[in-house]
Amino acid sequence: MLNAKDISVSYGPKQVLHGLSLTAEPGTLTAIVGPNGSGKTTLMRALTGDVDFSGRITLGDTDIATAKPYDLAAQRAVLPQATPLAFPFQAVEVVRLGLRGGIETNDRLALTALSRVGLDGYANRFYQELSGGEQQRVQLARVLCQVWRPVVSGVPRWLFLDEPVSSLDIGHQLTVMQIARDFARAGGGVVAVMHDLNLSAMFAHQIVLMQSGRIIGHGTPAEVLTDAQVSRAYGCDIRTSTAPQDGGWFMLPQSADNMEPMPAAQSA
Amino acid sequence: MMASDTAALPFVDRRTTARRAHLWLGLLLVLVSLASLAVGASGTSLWGALLKLAQGEALTLTERVVLWDIRAPRLVMGICVGGALAVSGAVMQGLFRNPLADPGILGVTTGASLGAISIIVLGAALPAVVQTTLGAGLLPVAAFLGAWWSMLLLYRVSTRAGRTSIATMLLAGIALSALFAAFSGVLIFLADDMQLRELTFWSLGSLAGASWVKLSIAAPVILVSVALACTLGRGLNGLALGEAAAHHMGIPVERTKTIAILAVSAATGTAVAISGGIGFIGIVVPHLLRLATGPDHRGLLVNAGLLGASLLLVADMIARVAVAPAELPIGILTALLGSPVFLWILLRKRGLVDM
Repeated sequence: MLNAKDISVSYGPKQVLHGLSLTAEPGTLTAIVGPNGSGKTTLMRALTGDVDFSGRITLGDTDIATAKPYDLAAQRAVLPQATPLAFPFQAVEVVRLGLRGGIETNDRLALTALSRVGLDGYANRFYQELSGGEQQRVQLARVLCQVWRPVVSGVPRWLFLDEPVSSLDIGHQLTVMQIARDFARAGGGVVAVMHDLNLSAMFAHQIVLMQSGRIIGHGTPAEVLTDAQVSRAYGCDIRTSTAPQDGGWFMLPQSADNMEPMPAAQSA
Repeated sequence: MMASDTAALPFVDRRTTARRAHLWLGLLLVLVSLASLAVGASGTSLWGALLKLAQGEALTLTERVVLWDIRAPRLVMGICVGGALAVSGAVMQGLFRNPLADPGILGVTTGASLGAISIIVLGAALPAVVQTTLGAGLLPVAAFLGAWWSMLLLYRVSTRAGRTSIATMLLAGIALSALFAAFSGVLIFLADDMQLRELTFWSLGSLAGASWVKLSIAAPVILVSVALACTLGRGLNGLALGEAAAHHMGIPVERTKTIAILAVSAATGTAVAISGGIGFIGIVVPHLLRLATGPDHRGLLVNAGLLGASLLLVADMIARVAVAPAELPIGILTALLGSPVFLWILLRKRGLVDM
């Protein structure tokens, strides 16, 4: 279980996170959502041990503030927002870097992982020559290689994804979210910072809604993504609703007060 | 399913290429070393001497002096300096995540020079205890300290919160170079005639001053620091993704950085102390190798050492033969070769400077 207690982070004199607490269970996908500047990314960086924080964060039995890098690396992998590379690495070479971070030794896994993110035949392509979305998926393959098996000898492993779908088209957004959900279904834990509320509502088991460095909602999508809470967090009028087919939760930005409502949206 | 995919597009593993390159570059170094022993102004023949030895005859005094006291130390020094500079370049490029980083360009060489010049000019003013304990090691130690401080300064200035700004790095390198050069200028201004002679010979950048005495101090330092640098492959591969990503992959980032900075400082500092300012080996060699065998640092570092040593030996042979019996300063040759390569990288990858 991921357990963060009373986390505060300051950048210089400016406090960015104000004593927030959250938990996430293995086997679930947690989406951290909130407007720009609400502290999502800072919370993610605290959870992955990249910023100094006060409070206590544990992953299973491991205190992440004091753990050795290689102990943490065996338990969790982190996907950054974007990763520019200055050297002419090929896609498969980037993915293999992930293999070395984790506990897997089978080299062929790099190719399997590339295929998993829809990049069959990209192994020998130069990373620098790929599009932003392709680079993002190569990085996802690297991260998957690091924690290939979601559970190892009874211990769940974790994926931390910082805006994993931000530069992807809608088809690949769905692929990536499905990979994340499959990882959770197989017993691993997933925590993702998300911009897209609809994808979050579709795939997440748990939503953490943030505003101004505080958590203002924490629960299932239906509990957290209410008209009032979402409108308050994002500072504009948002209507939430359920899709006719399977009752999934979705948000309509068309209802924001400064936009002309579209006829289709009104009838929904 | 996987098999058919990979069969459709044959998958090339560049690690094999890098491993084969160890062998070929090793062979190249052996051949170049033999050539370096054979070539020289005096016309003494290596083969003649070897033939004599094989037949159990004694060597003439000239043969012994030329081969053993002049050419052999020069060969060892060429290998040490070339290897040190190339590996230092590769490590710095990995550390700064940029193929344009190089001890010469970023002021590390100038820092080492400042250390060396201070000893040549002000050494006599040091306490006698220091002078006697360090002896001939004084110059290399000072050059190492100069290189180390400039590395630390450079890293502090150009890296904020784990990200290196390349523009800041290059500009900081220029500023530090200018600053150290200015300090060196002040010292040269203060120097007397004897010291000036010593300074001029040293700063021309040459392997001509090679002797077993110098090498007995310099070679072990360079060997140890290069060997240490060659263990950084995995860490530098991780750092290529950024410090945060390297940490997430379980790499001890701070330790890797500390070792990298120390190894580069010791290798560059010592190389500068014994051979003066020889530039561009550190930028040309790793760049060529990345084109041929890929950027994986585990193969790259060793290959850089081998190719750097060969390249400097070739440059030294040209320097000895081109205007014989006079000798070109080798620094001129490496700069002639290196500056165009630097510009070529810059032109092909303009984006690198914006990162």
